[in-house]
Amino acid sequence: MNPVKDLIKTLADEHGRSRENLLPILQGVVEKEKYLTEYSMVEIARELDLPAAEVFGTATFYSFLEHKKMGQYVIRICKTITCAMKGKNQVLLAIQDMLKIGIGETTPDGKFSLLETNCLGWCHKAPAMLVNDDVHTELTPESIREILSSYMKK
Amino acid sequence: MVAATYQLKRADFIFKNENDWEKVLSKTLESEPRELINELMSSELKGRGGAGFPTGLKWKLSSEEKSKTKYVICNADEGEPGTFKDREILTKVPYKVLTAMAVCGHVIGSGKGYIYLRGEYKFLVPDLEKAIKEFEYYCKEIGFKFTIDIFMGSGAYICGEETALFESMEGKRGEPRNKPPFPTSIGYMNEPTVINNVETLAHTYTIFKYGSKKFYDLGVQYSRGSKLFSVSGDTPKPGIYELELGMSLQDFVSEFGDGDTKAVQVGGASGFLVPRKRFEETTIGFQGKLTGISLPTGGSMMLFNSSRSMFNVLDNYLDFFNEESCGQCSPCRVGCQQLLKGIKAVKRGEKTALYLDKLLKLSETMQMTAKCGLGQSVGNSFSSIVENFREEMIY
Repeated sequence: MNPVKDLIKTLADEHGRSRENLLPILQGVVEKEKYLTEYSMVEIARELDLPAAEVFGTATFYSFLEHKKMGQYVIRICKTITCAMKGKNQVLLAIQDMLKIGIGETTPDGKFSLLETNCLGWCHKAPAMLVNDDVHTELTPESIREILSSYMKK
Repeated sequence: MVAATYQLKRADFIFKNENDWEKVLSKTLESEPRELINELMSSELKGRGGAGFPTGLKWKLSSEEKSKTKYVICNADEGEPGTFKDREILTKVPYKVLTAMAVCGHVIGSGKGYIYLRGEYKFLVPDLEKAIKEFEYYCKEIGFKFTIDIFMGSGAYICGEETALFESMEGKRGEPRNKPPFPTSIGYMNEPTVINNVETLAHTYTIFKYGSKKFYDLGVQYSRGSKLFSVSGDTPKPGIYELELGMSLQDFVSEFGDGDTKAVQVGGASGFLVPRKRFEETTIGFQGKLTGISLPTGGSMMLFNSSRSMFNVLDNYLDFFNEESCGQCSPCRVGCQQLLKGIKAVKRGEKTALYLDKLLKLSETMQMTAKCGLGQSVGNSFSSIVENFREEMIY
């Protein structure tokens, strides 16, 4: 059977099939697949007996529920005020220089995607970013190279 | 306004490491709900998320509802720019929050609690789940029925607004509801719900343990107790500090500034920018119009020194609101876009400086007509920056 279909069924078995279980199921799919395809949204709608438009409407509201192809590691660099003041742009340039991708793009090998995000809540240790769920703070153009290298080796 | 003679006073309750939550819980559960509500009311604790609603009254209103199903929700969707205290509470003293949720359950008659945790803090989940497991085990042991689940957010600032948070938990877009009805009567799943900020719950722990007087004795009239402040920006010592309410901004800047502080943003992007000339007359507390008005988080203090362009600051805030507006009501959806476009046009010289006055009117309209706290408070930072740093907007 189709692995996404299986995943959705497993998630629905775990969380339940009511409307209030929709977000955990969407999150579960994104955790495994990195993003939501039209197919997976339709499949979730079928599994929960909801109109597909409702699932699409909910999914696209949340910035962490990507519906565009994402790489294995999603980099989200904070662009809100304190991080912007503390050198986020230099860090961003270092990332772009190293990965050769722009904001919203994914490396050809499918390893990294680069996104900007709003306040991550690490203003006292700015600039900050998330790589998937891992937090990295007090970034510098030098430290970012080390961090990304460690993900490249994984 | 309170005279600006008030000194900066540190407090140490929230993070004080007290390994006695089991004792505090079982002892507090022995008290009648009415006694506990009175205790909270006499502490004059107000919501620490920013809106400042009296916590005791919130619990009281919910306790008076007849419904069999009620919910206790801990709002950990800390998204206001410049705020990071709730994460620290959940990391360092999670048991205080869990205990407070269970006590709330006892007071209002609820057996189910949720922690709505922002997606950005997902790394907290394993430790928090461990704490909840241990906590639930103890509740079972003493025969108190209360369970807690974590509900993850997915990167939407607006979900810190309580009714948007319910919508999100119900599997929908996080679009705020009309108020009234208020959550105390119609909240999550249309049942009576007490929803409190993480820090508010942690303060109730202090109150139940030491009594309301200990809390009431801190702070000033109308702004009792201590509060966590998230300090960031141009400061030699960024971090989280517990301070008594009622301090003057001047005292705050003397302590945390870098000697060249030009302005302080009080209450995050949805709060107010205070320029240097107003530091003396500004106090931090609920009584003045300053500190977190009606939006999800409070306690954000961002310092800017004279190297910073206030245009860039406002541009950054408006970009934030533009992305985070849920898009449901037009004053906010269109207003945020137009404010952002407008200041850029003035800066580029495509519009004259007088256009700023039109934009100020627009932000006033948003304040009056937007559906929720987000749209209503965009005008706070907008007007306080444009009025105080007009020349920086133009040149």
